[in-house]
Amino acid sequence: MENTVLYTIIVHSENFSGILNQIAAVFTRLQVNIESLNVSASSMKNVHKFTITCNTTAKNIEKILKQINKKMDVINASCYTDDEIFQSEIAMFKISTDEFQNWEDTSRLLRGYNTHIVEITPEYLVVEMAGSSDAINSLYGELDKIHCVRQFVRSGKVAVTASPLEQVSDLLSRRQERYKDRLQ
Amino acid sequence: MEKNSEKISGSEALLRALVRENVDTVFGYPGGAIIPVYDALVDHLHEINHILVRHEQGAAHAAEGYARASGKPGVCLVTGGPGATNTLTGIADAMLDSTPIVVIAGQIATDMIGTDAFQEVDFTCVTQPICKWSYQISNPEEITWAVSRAFFIARSGRPGPVVLSITKNAQVGMTEYQPETVKFIRSYDDDPEIDITRIREAAAAINAAKRPFVLAGQGIELGWAHEEFRQFVEKGCLPFGCTLLGLSSMPSDHPLNKGMLGMHGNYCNNVKTNECDVLIAVGMRFDDRVTGDVSTYARQARIIHLDIDPSEIGKNVPVDIPVLGNCKKTLAMLTERLVKVDRTEWIDSFRKYQEEEYDRVVRKELYPESGPLNMGEVVDAVSEATCHKAILVTDVGQNQMMASRYFKFTEKRSIITSGGMGTMGYAIPAGIGAAYARPDRTVCVFMGDGGLQMTVEEFGTIMEHNIPVKMILLNNSYLGNVRQWQQLFFDRRYSFTHLENPDFQILASAYGIPSRRVLDRKDLKDAVREMLQTEGPFLLEACVAEEGNVMPMTPPGNSIDNMLMEC
Repeated sequence: MENTVLYTIIVHSENFSGILNQIAAVFTRLQVNIESLNVSASSMKNVHKFTITCNTTAKNIEKILKQINKKMDVINASCYTDDEIFQSEIAMFKISTDEFQNWEDTSRLLRGYNTHIVEITPEYLVVEMAGSSDAINSLYGELDKIHCVRQFVRSGKVAVTASPLEQVSDLLSRRQERYKDRLQ
Repeated sequence: MEKNSEKISGSEALLRALVRENVDTVFGYPGGAIIPVYDALVDHLHEINHILVRHEQGAAHAAEGYARASGKPGVCLVTGGPGATNTLTGIADAMLDSTPIVVIAGQIATDMIGTDAFQEVDFTCVTQPICKWSYQISNPEEITWAVSRAFFIARSGRPGPVVLSITKNAQVGMTEYQPETVKFIRSYDDDPEIDITRIREAAAAINAAKRPFVLAGQGIELGWAHEEFRQFVEKGCLPFGCTLLGLSSMPSDHPLNKGMLGMHGNYCNNVKTNECDVLIAVGMRFDDRVTGDVSTYARQARIIHLDIDPSEIGKNVPVDIPVLGNCKKTLAMLTERLVKVDRTEWIDSFRKYQEEEYDRVVRKELYPESGPLNMGEVVDAVSEATCHKAILVTDVGQNQMMASRYFKFTEKRSIITSGGMGTMGYAIPAGIGAAYARPDRTVCVFMGDGGLQMTVEEFGTIMEHNIPVKMILLNNSYLGNVRQWQQLFFDRRYSFTHLENPDFQILASAYGIPSRRVLDRKDLKDAVREMLQTEGPFLLEACVAEEGNVMPMTPPGNSIDNMLMEC
């Protein structure tokens, strides 16, 4: 088996219906599971941004990118390693209070992470945390040890690139320029 | 509001938009969800010739045949539900073979979608993975934009199939006719920028090569780069082999043309692929039927790959110098930088392997002294009788490989065959499409007894329109290619490959198609002559050796130069 790596793929597309389906189908075809997925608007009007993470081989990731790029309404798909992006994720924990012996311990545990408390009731508290996937995993691990997690949910990873160049808007303006004869 | 604006139905707008895209021929089959378009079609019959097929799969393949022979997108018009799903094989086939077709399918009304209504199928979703673009038109205002975009996408860049589903409410709703022309899609780079550094690198590599070998693919035909390719190989003294779909990109008798590549290709090409120092692939995709075992494929060579589709580069074999772009342009830029190098010795070195193949395979296939007819000699007789000027359409299997090995070409866009999908049943409808695309040319359709029966219903289409397709049935009473594999690799255990066949002449006569059966070698030439001299369609049934094999052959999974000459 070839080594697999966690890749972060950023896709920009037109805002048409059915594009997520087409992108997902590329993963299905290669039998690669999507670890996390976030779809949102981007800084460009009518351009949608997908942030996708998946564990796969270097060979597969190249195929995945080329096949996504080939979809008619996909503007660009690129993949990044962790040092090329700033990334973040949000998680929410619904924690039952019964398992905590005293509030001090809970408070100390949560203080070690970038959390904030959304709601406190006698039965549970809701905690939100923003941060890296690793930090979220770590907090989950600690809470899970004391069996207090009633519900857990995390958003897909979101990321912006570290490069000073804005690849997608540059690509669009270059392309517009190259085809300008046709547009008259 | 606008007093002068005329309101027309969506169906009428669709037909006007098709005419605007220069559509003059449509292959189709009506049904509930497309009746309004068929109704509007009645008023456009002076400009659009509609060919009623007998099954929607036939419509899709006919559109493919039309596109391949003409270079224009082929159009197919069907209803929703089963009418639409029946075209799937043709759409997938067109995707793998880069054939520009536009499939227009009816769809139930928007407000019914999602209710599992009669003949509802989510055709956009089903077709997305197997076409270049699939779109559902849900209101009449979108029609002119969607049609123009569909044709632009189908024919530009690397061509391919496009699917438009049109809802019933979009067909009957009233709209103003606003013609649209899509010439640019910002997310789609149909004419990629050419990297001059890569051109220089590639030219330097070719100029320095002692043993260059060129692979000619269908990209040459699709890009209308025949002349550019000829100048490229002639100036550089570059011998070349052709992929199955690239066979008519250059005349068969060109001195640098060494024939076909791959599993059943010409031996010299496969040997030289693994001997050359620079391998130049033009508009081809290193299909496994061309490469054999990729781990032993051209490992010694620097590989230059010219292609318009970035996803092809490095997909199957590692490429040293990728040259992205339309090969009509990149070939010309390369040729400009080539120096004339004398490569006579290298070119002559092919001959030894050509002679070996001739002695061990070709002579026996084409000039047997006794025994039943061979498939190859039938192909050769037809090619000869048409002065190698005909369009060859094939089905899939032994008939396809024999036809591609022994049919000769003098004109471009002359081979129409299902290369990527290997779709049995392709030949008859694709032949119909080719006949409409090129009424000035003879269309010879080769098929086996298996494939003929998969789309035999199109005999009805041929009969109705008296379509002049010259059909040659190579009847061996077997699914010959599978039988050959069973013989060679499964210890002759013939599992469900023998066919108990009907009398094909009686079948043809039921449709009023003249036919002739040939069993004897001495009658072959006369039968071919009769076929070609008969006006309209003809079925020539050649009863060939039951267990004839296509040789040479690279066994699957083997190195491509490891060819069996006999079995």
